[in-house]
Amino acid sequence: MVVDVRGVHYAVGGRPIFAGVDVQVRRGRITAIMGPSGTGKTTLLKLITAQIAADRGEVRVCGQDLAALSRSEIYVLRKRMGMLFQNGALLTDLDVFENVAFPVREHTDLPEALIHKLVLTKLQAVGLRGAAALMPGELSGGMARRVALARAIVLDPEMLIYDEPFVGLDPISLGVIMRLIKHTNEALGITSIVVSHDVRELATIADDSYLLSGGRVAAAGPPAQLRASDSAAVRQFMTGSEDGPVAFHYPAPDYAAQLFAADES
Amino acid sequence: MSNGGGNGFILEGVRRLGAVALFLVRLLGECVPALGRPRLLVPQIYNAGARSLIIIMLSGLFVGMVLGLQGYDLLQRFGSVDALGTAVALGLLKELAPVVTALLFAGRAGTALTSEIGLMRATDQLTAMEIMAVDPLRYVAAPRFLGGVLAMPLLTAIFSVVGLYGAQLIGVQLLGVDKGAFWSQMQGSVGLRNVTEGVVKSVVFGIACSLIAVHEGYNAAPTAEGVALATTRTVVASSVITLLLDYVLTAAFL
Repeated sequence: MVVDVRGVHYAVGGRPIFAGVDVQVRRGRITAIMGPSGTGKTTLLKLITAQIAADRGEVRVCGQDLAALSRSEIYVLRKRMGMLFQNGALLTDLDVFENVAFPVREHTDLPEALIHKLVLTKLQAVGLRGAAALMPGELSGGMARRVALARAIVLDPEMLIYDEPFVGLDPISLGVIMRLIKHTNEALGITSIVVSHDVRELATIADDSYLLSGGRVAAAGPPAQLRASDSAAVRQFMTGSEDGPVAFHYPAPDYAAQLFAADES
Repeated sequence: MSNGGGNGFILEGVRRLGAVALFLVRLLGECVPALGRPRLLVPQIYNAGARSLIIIMLSGLFVGMVLGLQGYDLLQRFGSVDALGTAVALGLLKELAPVVTALLFAGRAGTALTSEIGLMRATDQLTAMEIMAVDPLRYVAAPRFLGGVLAMPLLTAIFSVVGLYGAQLIGVQLLGVDKGAFWSQMQGSVGLRNVTEGVVKSVVFGIACSLIAVHEGYNAAPTAEGVALATTRTVVASSVITLLLDYVLTAAFL
């Protein structure tokens, strides 16, 4: 078990986000964290990467209880993980090559020639060796995410975390990112956590999946199993139906009464 | 009710002051390693210092010219225009150069620092560094803070020199004050203590303005509005703190 989240409660400003969430991520597999917008998917990633601490419950990463770790121990642990942000989060004052080289320069004393080879190898893996001299502002959204992926894998982490990797991509870029996630997982044996609400894409690459809803895990299992679930809420999310337990309409007073109220007054 | 509001205001002020103090302690801890990384530090000294040169030199020239004109107008009433050099030098070295440089620094370099760091926060660059186990306080904040602290005394010195030249231009070249009297009176009455006062002020203002700029950017809300608010706060807080500290330091040197 690479990540073990047990009975986690977390609230922001008195508003509960999680009320007893359990998530287990197994080594070497792609685990999808799904759920409608606003269910705390990104919050779960922040808990796993120790950006925030759980109010109650336990988060263990690589066997270590995050609550018991000091700041420097958390930094040591983070060297074993990589994360891909929704917008890439590339450093805008460095070019593509230097962005990928950044973690290597900060954490190792490797000679320049070796850094050069290492960075070009990773850029080749994401198909962007030719873009090494470009600045982040010159990249498309899909390219920025691929550079961020190269940067995330440059120190060969044990675990890779993807935050909404499919948002806003054209079909070609989407296909490329999906293939890269699958390939990185298989070729490097990296444990992957993918947070997304793109059910169709996740179904083709994920080994395990969790569906978050209402501060809890509504369903867990392989994507195919979730799709065949008896629960109306799970089925609605997996099939993308407009109406169901999550209503299309935001709660409102009676439609006709509200429309004609102005005439009467 | 108003009493409760007043208490809340004071409490919030104390909380903010405490947060800035803690931030300064952490920042100072990261400054030693930052000094050993010239690749990160030198561009920041260039950004805060060299890029502020034109505005500092132009302002210094005009302030010096105004001092020369006003000083001449005042001194000639008492028939002591020869003291113009002394008056201008003391005014510039002790007060105007450090204060005006700090105010200009807050407006040019301070806002640039705040908005740059704030945008890095808004675009997840700082979070990405933390996930890569690189402390953004060490990599981003400390070199920028140090760059500002080192640039301020240098900019103040340049402001003073250009200001003196401006005063000389008006007083000696245009209004006919004796050149020998202008410089020799200055040399005779401006002591090391006066220069020290200016240097101490510029160092203190450099620490205060750079700290405010970096702190506001680092803690900006990660939105366009948040960065805009933080940038405004940098200018307002730096200006007020500079003038307040100026009074305290002036009183201390008397």
